[in-house]
Amino acid sequence: MSLLLSLFLSFMQVGLFSIGGGYAAIPLIQNQTVAIHSWLTISEFTDLVTIAEMTPGPIAVNAATFVGIRIAGLPGAIVATFGCIFPSLIIVSLLSYIYYKYRSLSTLQSVLSALRPAVVGLIGSAALSMAILVGTDKIDGTFNFLGVLAFAVAFILINRFKKNPILIMVSCGLANLLLCLVTGFSI
Amino acid sequence: MENKKGLFVKLFLSMLQISAFTFGGGFVIVSLMKKRFVDGYHWLDEDEMLDLTALAQSSPGAIAVNGAILVGYKVAGFPGMVISVLGTILPPMVILSVVSVFYNTFATNLYVALVLRGMQAGVAAIITDVVFSLGAKVLKDKNYLHDLLIILSFCAVFFLKINVAVIILVAGVIGLIEGRIARRSA
Repeated sequence: MSLLLSLFLSFMQVGLFSIGGGYAAIPLIQNQTVAIHSWLTISEFTDLVTIAEMTPGPIAVNAATFVGIRIAGLPGAIVATFGCIFPSLIIVSLLSYIYYKYRSLSTLQSVLSALRPAVVGLIGSAALSMAILVGTDKIDGTFNFLGVLAFAVAFILINRFKKNPILIMVSCGLANLLLCLVTGFSI
Repeated sequence: MENKKGLFVKLFLSMLQISAFTFGGGFVIVSLMKKRFVDGYHWLDEDEMLDLTALAQSSPGAIAVNGAILVGYKVAGFPGMVISVLGTILPPMVILSVVSVFYNTFATNLYVALVLRGMQAGVAAIITDVVFSLGAKVLKDKNYLHDLLIILSFCAVFFLKINVAVIILVAGVIGLIEGRIARRSA
């Protein structure tokens, strides 16, 4: 019982103190799971980060499931995950309420109208970082023509032809596998 | 709006699907949510989506979970929030449980690596598309301060690696001052 409680409290802290998404959470998770509680060795922690990168979902939720299941089975995974989303549930639902109640106020309007362009800039930065990653060869770091071509084709299909983005994403993955099997080249 | 049950099912399945394919950071999920809920279902407008993104990004916790709470709340109140969050956390929980058992086989599998690498190109394209459509919306207002804010926030995070919560806070303060000045001169 006390193990489940400390899992809950640890991941609640991860959820509460990580602001700004994935990479902000990594040091907090490391601190809780490796340094404070010794639930994982540093090598297991590195594996965890690799898994989290390779699988969908927020890293904090991935970490909570991974650590929870290892030290306390399925109940551990559920308790740890709930701990990590608990602060969000309280804080963000309160924010939703405030937003929808007061968003017509002119003060909040002017704040929001300046936040919107800032968010566009932030998403723009994420987009460019990913495009650079795709446009760079993963072995020797040179220009990756096939990667840029795949990016451009996917972009046109989504932006011009309004194709389903998830379908395009999965197609890109399968196309790369097929390409490699047939020609030996891959992006 | 359609009946409650149909709405819940649609919301749950959408989040489940989006969450199952969200490789990469929180902005990927926000982009997919925008495509689905703004362009597809018209449950939110573009301004709202940008506001919710700012809130999700500057609140503690995973952006995906925060975004799910905000959209769920808007679409169907408290039950919507619960359904949306469940849809968001189920796929990573199930996948991680399975992967943690088969970790070694999974990590070294060449085919898995190839598919994941290919998917990165698609992800980059989705986010770029969202930047274009949301950016066009801001540019249409012809407010030069806001146009400049796009560039400044981009540089602040891309080159200077400033914490996004700080950038959002500063942008909010700029908006507050801008609003005060506009009202005083009006």
